[in-house]
Amino acid sequence: MDMAAAKMIGAGLAMFALLGVGIGLGNIFSSLISSIARNPSAKNDIFPIGMIGFALTESIALLAFVVAMIILFK
Amino acid sequence: MIELHPLHQFTVRPLIPITVGGWDISFTNSALFMVLTTLLIIVVGLVSVRSRALVPTRLQAATELLYEFIADMVKTNIGNKGREYTPYIFSLFLFILFGNCLGMIPYGFTFTSHLIVTFALAGIVLTVVTIIGFKRHGLHFFRLFYPKGAPIYITPLLIPVEILSYLSRVVSLSVRLFANMTAGHAMLKIFSSFVVILAGSFLLPLAILPFFISVAVTGFEFLVALLQAYVFTILTCIYLNDAINLH
Repeated sequence: MDMAAAKMIGAGLAMFALLGVGIGLGNIFSSLISSIARNPSAKNDIFPIGMIGFALTESIALLAFVVAMIILFK
Repeated sequence: MIELHPLHQFTVRPLIPITVGGWDISFTNSALFMVLTTLLIIVVGLVSVRSRALVPTRLQAATELLYEFIADMVKTNIGNKGREYTPYIFSLFLFILFGNCLGMIPYGFTFTSHLIVTFALAGIVLTVVTIIGFKRHGLHFFRLFYPKGAPIYITPLLIPVEILSYLSRVVSLSVRLFANMTAGHAMLKIFSSFVVILAGSFLLPLAILPFFISVAVTGFEFLVALLQAYVFTILTCIYLNDAINLH
């Protein structure tokens, strides 16, 4: 197979990691919304933890992106 | 031909070539933006509190808000024993925040988009946290790797895993910041190149679509710049808390 074609296929396959990340992000924000709905006064305490969770989960997505960039452009 | 490659914006170019005995220590565009970040932080900090009014003006109130945000973060996460490390956390937060935001200016360079820079920042965090832990607790610091209440027979498996996860904090901190910055700016470059490519062909009216997406992604990138600085800082506070109050 052509090297450039193999690189494209590899980069596309690396993006399968985003499946788990999408589910994880949905979990975080669903529990954030339902906990704020139960107890609206807890918003200022829980929201920073939600943001930390979002950033940590997003970093897994970016690891997949970095692998795809390495495959495509190295 | 316009430069359209998404990763070429991250090349480090020497602006003032300086060579000392075979070592290349040129003043690069990365170093220029680090100097600009530091100067901006110092100037904003000094000018805003110059009048030292008891009832603060708007700029002074904004700077006090920034300081109280960090002081509150340190007090919540580490407690009173950690108050003396507030200047370090403050400098770390403002350096990453202003650095990320200066990179959002067109033709600006994001120095946090290089793994070596974020690795240096995370390496300093690990070194500082380990030295503080040893200084406060002596050899008792190794109690950190043995969680209380674990059965004794699991220890040969648990201790190496705990040590490995402690050392991998450097990797996770640095790669998170680096990957967020690089991916964000590469995505911006890709969508803008879509606009240029579509505008140059017969599909000119369609070029407005990637333009709207570029606008939305730029807004998202500002949010990510703030959020990544906040996450780096709060994880540093949590690691400091682990070292100072051993669990």
